[in-house]
Amino acid sequence: MTRVLTVENLNIGFRSEGRELPVVHDVSFTLEAGKTLALVGESGSGKSVTSLGIMRLLPPPPQSRARGKIILHSDEDIDLLSISEARMRRLRGDRIAMIFQEPLTSLNPVYTIGDQIIEAIRSHRAISARKARERAVELIDQVGIPDAAARLTTYPHELSGGMRQRIMIAIALALEPEILIADEPTTALDVTVQAQIIDLLRRLQAETGMAMLFITHDFGVVADIADRTIVMYAGQMVEHGQTEAVLETPLMPYTSGLMRAVPELETAGLNQGELQSIEGFVPNPASLPNGCAFHPRCTHTLSGICDVPPVPFEDAGNGHLVRCKRWQSILENAE
Amino acid sequence: MNELPLIQTADLKQHFPLHKGLFGGQGPVIRAVDGVSIDIPRRSVLGLVGESGSGKSTLGRAIMGLSRPTAGTMTFDGIDMARASSSELKSLRRRMQMVFQDPFSSLNPRMSIAETLSVPLRFHNPGLSRSRRKDRAAEMLERVGLPGQYISRFPHEFSGGQRQRIGIARALIVQPDFIMADEVVSALDVSVQAQVLNLFGRLQRDLELTMLFITHDLAVVGHISDFVAVMYLGRVVEFASTRELFSNPRHPYTEALLSAAPSPKSANRRKRIVLKGDIPSPLNPPSGCQFRTRCPYAVEDCSHEVPKLRELSPEHKAACIRDDLSLAPATQQ
Repeated sequence: MTRVLTVENLNIGFRSEGRELPVVHDVSFTLEAGKTLALVGESGSGKSVTSLGIMRLLPPPPQSRARGKIILHSDEDIDLLSISEARMRRLRGDRIAMIFQEPLTSLNPVYTIGDQIIEAIRSHRAISARKARERAVELIDQVGIPDAAARLTTYPHELSGGMRQRIMIAIALALEPEILIADEPTTALDVTVQAQIIDLLRRLQAETGMAMLFITHDFGVVADIADRTIVMYAGQMVEHGQTEAVLETPLMPYTSGLMRAVPELETAGLNQGELQSIEGFVPNPASLPNGCAFHPRCTHTLSGICDVPPVPFEDAGNGHLVRCKRWQSILENAE
Repeated sequence: MNELPLIQTADLKQHFPLHKGLFGGQGPVIRAVDGVSIDIPRRSVLGLVGESGSGKSTLGRAIMGLSRPTAGTMTFDGIDMARASSSELKSLRRRMQMVFQDPFSSLNPRMSIAETLSVPLRFHNPGLSRSRRKDRAAEMLERVGLPGQYISRFPHEFSGGQRQRIGIARALIVQPDFIMADEVVSALDVSVQAQVLNLFGRLQRDLELTMLFITHDLAVVGHISDFVAVMYLGRVVEFASTRELFSNPRHPYTEALLSAAPSPKSANRRKRIVLKGDIPSPLNPPSGCQFRTRCPYAVEDCSHEVPKLRELSPEHKAACIRDDLSLAPATQQ
């Protein structure tokens, strides 16, 4: 198992009204070559900020501040948080690439697809325009778009959403990065196209051995793509483990609550009554609840326990980590 | 028993000419809705699913009378919308209300919630006094699960889920019979989505509403609907009671949609059918069955003529000529 990235105690805060508002708290994980890690959470959970922090795409200090370590492993270890912007720019796209939710806004509308892929290649590699063009055709072909050579001269508006996302993937993979960060890449797409893109990412990962950090809010997608899963809530990791374990035996009440809140296809039309929703909403980062951040919304809360810090991120066995003081008794009661 | 359905469309078409051809001739035409005949029985929820470009929102707009259909009829409670008098139309407009997808852009940021909820009342119940309107607004707000005293607040003070509740209150305040909800939970986080879906279900039962629930999310449709219509390129390709559609799909597109919807439980993992390509352009749809270019079961005959939506059993219609297929359900029996 080759580690390609280690994130250690990443804390990110944004400056707001003269003080720093922490939005990501002590996030730590590793990415391994050929494996996919999913970051799951609702809006405001800090999953996207974490990924932008790794890419150093957040506004510069003092507007935002990232602390901790983000180590890119290669011949030497590079801490992405301590290198210069110029050096980061060389790594970005080359060693770590990123794709986003909305492929239309990520592509430049006034340049052709070909120009944009070629630019990505030539801004990092000293190769001829002709060579870069050949590579672009190869990439378009690799992401499953027919008639690749003819596509070079098309503009983004001429392509469907799924095709645009394929082009974004082609650009991201142009320099064979070791790490691909995918921030909700299928959320804006239709289900049948989503299935195509997930298949494509899995195939490309098998071919290139890249590590993937996949950000999503959809546990169904997680089951399809991720080897390991982290569930985030209010800027903290609240559950982390093998995807199978997290989905089959979620230990954190927030995780199981989220899964129950989604209607199941299997019981469609059976009049299954009300969905089990999680009451309330995600807390404001400026005033997080004491103790467990989820306790005001949790049905298992015991006062005097859940509202008292600290709430450790405990190993429940087999590397399945959970941030809940009551996970054991909840599990026993369920059995 | 044989009650007249509240909503009936007959061969409804909504075509959009792209531009006039040279010399004023007919230019290309987008057939956004191309011959849809559906009934929505009273007090039931019809789920309308399809991918982007399938024409589901256009059909919804045509049903609401927001656009003049190119052909066909839309009947509400026995009244043909195209022939209704202006006073009939005014009463129809009260009886049919909409809830929108984006809770941020569908509320006026400069209006307090009391004002937002009073506008439809001022129009449809002009006799009500200002203070009565305010009382009604507060009552309605409580009905959708928000404290009544919030009526003096403004939209920016609310979260997405709360705003969606306000949108629902605005639709319900004039006591409609029919609600069209277009992707109303798509912009919400899952935990909030469940709250809003539960609210819809409760209100629908309590107020005996008839609903058209448009969404791309099959699991949501399966939860809330009594009947489901699946649209592809402007046509309904399958129509059935919800249980029937999920347990016994008869159109290959429905099967593909069901199989593509990811499920978090490995026990429920289905064999996935990954369709090739994208939905074709409605400007230039394939001949015959419009799904045949992406259909794994297409045969020569599929290109000849447009398959009719045939009744296969009571409460189940599909537009596919291949009766020999046994398609995979979303459910394990």
